[in-house]
Amino acid sequence: MLISSVILPSQGKATEDFVYVGQALHTRTLAASCAACHGTHGNAVTFNAEFDATTLAGLDKAYIVQRLTDFRSGARQATVMHRHASGLSLEEINQLADYFSHQKKIKRQMPATQTLKAVQDE
Amino acid sequence: MSSFNGFNRRDFIKSAAALGALSFAPYAGAMGKRSPIGRVVIIGGGYAGTSAAKYIRMWSMGGIEVVVIERSPQFVSCPLSNLVLGGSQQINDLTFGYDLLKKNHGIQWVQDSVIAIDTGARKVTMQRGDITYDRLIIAPGVDFIYDSMPQLQTTEAQKQIPHAWKAGWQTVYLRQQLESMPDGGVFVMTIPKAPYRCPPGPYERVCQVAHYLKNHKPNSKIIVLDANAEIVSKKGLFTKVWASTYTGMIDYRHDSAVVSVDVPTKTVSTEFEQVKADVLNVIPPQRAGKPAQMADLLESDYPWCEVDFLSYESEKIKNVHVIGDSVASGLPKSAHMATSQARVCASAVVELMQGRAPDPMPVFANTCYSFVDDKQAMHVANVYRYDAAKKIMVSAEGGGVSLVPSDKEGAYAKAWAHNIWSDILT
Repeated sequence: MLISSVILPSQGKATEDFVYVGQALHTRTLAASCAACHGTHGNAVTFNAEFDATTLAGLDKAYIVQRLTDFRSGARQATVMHRHASGLSLEEINQLADYFSHQKKIKRQMPATQTLKAVQDE
Repeated sequence: MSSFNGFNRRDFIKSAAALGALSFAPYAGAMGKRSPIGRVVIIGGGYAGTSAAKYIRMWSMGGIEVVVIERSPQFVSCPLSNLVLGGSQQINDLTFGYDLLKKNHGIQWVQDSVIAIDTGARKVTMQRGDITYDRLIIAPGVDFIYDSMPQLQTTEAQKQIPHAWKAGWQTVYLRQQLESMPDGGVFVMTIPKAPYRCPPGPYERVCQVAHYLKNHKPNSKIIVLDANAEIVSKKGLFTKVWASTYTGMIDYRHDSAVVSVDVPTKTVSTEFEQVKADVLNVIPPQRAGKPAQMADLLESDYPWCEVDFLSYESEKIKNVHVIGDSVASGLPKSAHMATSQARVCASAVVELMQGRAPDPMPVFANTCYSFVDDKQAMHVANVYRYDAAKKIMVSAEGGGVSLVPSDKEGAYAKAWAHNIWSDILT
């Protein structure tokens, strides 16, 4: 069911973004869907310590599996994560945990804000 | 007009550089040393288009050439833009450049408007030239339908009666009008029939305007004319907030589609009544964006684009993909959804262009927060899973909404915004 997408690393910056080459297609898109809150490759932006999303990159695989299954079962109370964990299969949880545990922890960039230019709105 | 059609890649870059109108990442030239797998042209630099561009570059290891065509010089976020109306955010907090995205991923960028698409010749025509593609991704967002309100088509009319449904100057104008409105004035907002961009967005906007008026012009009223039979999203939560936090301020009228608008008097007519406003915000009905119309991708009886949900390739035209709000998905047209669709599309495009099959059962998430005042927010969140029998994305178990809005979710909503901006723009 899962198709392995093994692409050999080549020279260039993109290589750094692709440290985990054994990932399946299914997992790479599912994991990327987490980026809205947890950042590209699980590296969350830090700006408001108390409520920053958890950086998943480089966390222990067993820890991620435990958290997600606890959110899924309701053993651990969540604000929003129970919605996501409940929609995943146990195999997907396992694959996601494996994927994020293999990501390199890096500091995410934020784009700088700008002054809105005088252009025509649509 | 210069034509890039038929030029090889290096010539295209040279022509572009000579024109001075197109910008390229610093190391794009060096990439020319090895032959790319092919060229993907992406129309639109919103949530969907930027995501597709970045992830195709990452997942192809730089092997696929990506050219984005976007007419705006800046990215302005629709998510959080209702807070500009409430006064807790400024438009410049939500405005960004594309520089880091281009530089970090070697994405070629053309700031121009698309004027024609020839899917037979695989060619996109812009005001300043043509470009050919191996695969085209169209991510244009929504287009407004002015059939019932032709008076609102002009820039001048939209300055007086802004839709503010694409964040930018109209958001600023609407805020300025609220600031100028006398205490005791009437703010009228109209909501089009679903589907439209951001299902809870209009109701969040009502909360934001109410928050501002409650604190600054407490004798003012809000009239909501909704073309739908009821509140489209987070109904229970919005109903409760309106009754408890904004008691007596909001007059909600369902089944009230706009039939005409009088611009000078700011009067809107429905089938049942005429309503005069001090500040009028008409959100017009919507359809798939103009580039999707140019490529003839809309259904004849439904103004959105049918796609294969494994690749987001159009059901009508090969090698053309549609992502984001223009897709006929039956799912919420949200920013997170646009990025989720974009990554499934990106992954499939990378595989298809190398002769491999895409993931046969994509799964992705959507989280959408709505702010009810300057601090508190509430979510609707779902995982969606491909149903191979129905060939659509369906809700997985466990989706739903917050029990109550909270400060904590307000902080999470801001974290969501920062992370999604970082993901798509760097």
